[in-house]
Amino acid sequence: MTTPAEISVPKEAKNLPKEKFDELENFISSLETTKGALVQILHKAQHIFGYLPREVQLFIARRLGIPGAEVFGVVSFYSYFTTKPVGKHTISVCMGTACFVRKADNIIEGLKEKLGIEANETTKDGMFTLKDVRCIGACGLAPVVLVDEKVYGRVKEEEIDEIINEYRK
Amino acid sequence: MAENKDMISIRINDQKLEVPNDITILEASNRAGIRIPTLCHLDLHDLKMVNQTASCRVCMVEAPGRDMLVPACVTKVHDGMEIRTDSLRAIRARRMSVELLLSNHPNECFTCAKNLECELQSLAHELGVREIKWAGEKMQFPKDMSSDAIVKDANKCIMCRRCETMCNEVQTCGILSAISRGFDAFVGPAFNIPMVESSCTYCGQCVAVCPTAALTEVNHTDKVWEALNDPDKYVVVQTAPAIRVALGELFGMEEGTIVTGKLATALRRMGFDAVFDTDFAADLTIMEEASELIHRIENNGTLPMLTSCCPAWVKFIEHQFPELLDIPSSCKSPHIMLGTVAKTYYAEKIGIDPQKMVVVSIMPCIAKKAEAKRPELTKDEESNVDIVVTTRELAAMLKEAGMDFPNLPDSDFDRPLGETTGASVIFGTTGGVIEAAIRTAYDWMTGDDLEKVDFKQLRGMEGIREATVKINDMDLNIGIAHGLGNARKLLEDIRDGKSQYHAIEIMACPGGCIGGGGQPYHHGNAKVVKKRQEAIYREDKNKKLRKSHENPEIIKLYKEYLGKPYSHKAHELLHTHYEARERI
Repeated sequence: MTTPAEISVPKEAKNLPKEKFDELENFISSLETTKGALVQILHKAQHIFGYLPREVQLFIARRLGIPGAEVFGVVSFYSYFTTKPVGKHTISVCMGTACFVRKADNIIEGLKEKLGIEANETTKDGMFTLKDVRCIGACGLAPVVLVDEKVYGRVKEEEIDEIINEYRK
Repeated sequence: MAENKDMISIRINDQKLEVPNDITILEASNRAGIRIPTLCHLDLHDLKMVNQTASCRVCMVEAPGRDMLVPACVTKVHDGMEIRTDSLRAIRARRMSVELLLSNHPNECFTCAKNLECELQSLAHELGVREIKWAGEKMQFPKDMSSDAIVKDANKCIMCRRCETMCNEVQTCGILSAISRGFDAFVGPAFNIPMVESSCTYCGQCVAVCPTAALTEVNHTDKVWEALNDPDKYVVVQTAPAIRVALGELFGMEEGTIVTGKLATALRRMGFDAVFDTDFAADLTIMEEASELIHRIENNGTLPMLTSCCPAWVKFIEHQFPELLDIPSSCKSPHIMLGTVAKTYYAEKIGIDPQKMVVVSIMPCIAKKAEAKRPELTKDEESNVDIVVTTRELAAMLKEAGMDFPNLPDSDFDRPLGETTGASVIFGTTGGVIEAAIRTAYDWMTGDDLEKVDFKQLRGMEGIREATVKINDMDLNIGIAHGLGNARKLLEDIRDGKSQYHAIEIMACPGGCIGGGGQPYHHGNAKVVKKRQEAIYREDKNKKLRKSHENPEIIKLYKEYLGKPYSHKAHELLHTHYEARERI
């Protein structure tokens, strides 16, 4: 179960680039009407910013003249939307049944330790986001790790460093 | 009744009915005297709030010819329709809806703040629920106790969305929204921030319509008992105008009964050292506010001037219109003024150290709890209000004390801060503050003694009202709004330079303080607010003095202590300032 703390959106100190807001503004202005367009606008915003921080959600709320709570209600409803910045690379560990019986939990624990983050978090340097995902349909290769689009099959714990280092260069 | 051409024939439980063609099954059955239970549905008619989410499925009825049961609250009737509300299938379906709601509801009715006031509880009783059939997983949300006013316990939320409709559509604050999805869904502010970090005004209208205890007020009754039992404390109590026309309801008395005398007796028997009346401070507010209005008119000051008695409205303008903070009157709200006068003038008079004085306010309002904690009003510890309890909390305390309230003898408030006028009583209803201000401003500006003090054009329940009062050769344009959505409209006009008003009264709650978030629950019966309003005007009419500036104790207070209205000393003690706040 998701607890409220997990879905809260932290206030960020860093300033988001103005050009990105301009790009979003241009998109919204190009729409014939903003009525019923919230989801579409959020998609665009996530594409531009990579995620939907508080400031972006409030920007959209003001622009559309609707409460911030309403925007957040929609953002929190759809699992596609993320309110946390995503790293340059996303490491997804398959936790489906086949991978699980082949010790995928050891793999993800090892990754958590090496990266110093929990699942669904991003490393401080912004390089990696770690995700536990449901079956990705490559059970023959279990346990499977995906880095962005690249598939690593029959992963062993001792290979974790090697995989990470490929992207750390 | 509508003309015949719009009428259609339907049958409900074999009863033949002629009804208009555009109403719901629920409305039709109400006309036939057949009760269909509802939970999420709420229609407050005069207060212009309708919640029609059809989410609870408690009003399911059978419409033969249709496979599925239909929710009566949103299904329109049609000609020849036959409806059964009493079939076994319908009765069982309604009961199951409640049983499902109970499957993840905390079973703590005994200790719940809404025990015996909970609509879910009474429905479970009414629909014959005798066991918790499905003991499913329970929600585990932490209680939000971040604010001084409202407690939010999402575990008790049944997702009826009444609070959202009230907050977003009526009050236009937009604080509450459904967040997340499915079992994890709950109602809360944006980004799941604590209530205290949101732009909530604490008007408490969400609390007023919540059917369960998902939204309640912060309970401060223990603090009052502690103060009363502390021999070192001198405990002063004051009671707002709207209490005396509503408190009786919680003791089975008829709606709109005036209980002023019993209230004074009850408070004295509880052990308060001085039983004062916020009405006194309302008269004081008028002295300052009418002076300020005249000052602004004569000196080309900022107009319109807006009343500032309502802390929820003040917080609303701070968050929503921070660019307009020079338009509200700088007057503190009446109960804060009384706290100040009690701890200065009165404390001096009776020779008591103000540090030892505790001022308790009995308010129809939840926002007053947060107001009393505002830093600019508490910086001077010797002149603030210490504890605020609502009408409901007071009733609970009187019950704890075993008071036979309806049979108490009448008594009067203590002097000097218990002397009042009719002008101060009407502060409790929409239109009352501005009428009281006009009664005084008129006399002061004309030098006359106005005989006809009833400004009926300022009264009523319309959300926005306006009137023009001729004073000398000036047409004084007055606007009145109650409910924050209506206030927003007037404020937008002011911001856009379209406002023609000189003075505007705003109260956050529909109906004004009589409909406040801390008043006895109306349970969807908005007529009760109207009855309280009628009682307020009756109380005004029965007063010998009807104008604030004629209150002899007010005259004495200025003579002995404050000097002239709007003087330097009055400014120091009775006025305040506002700050721009973030909008989330």
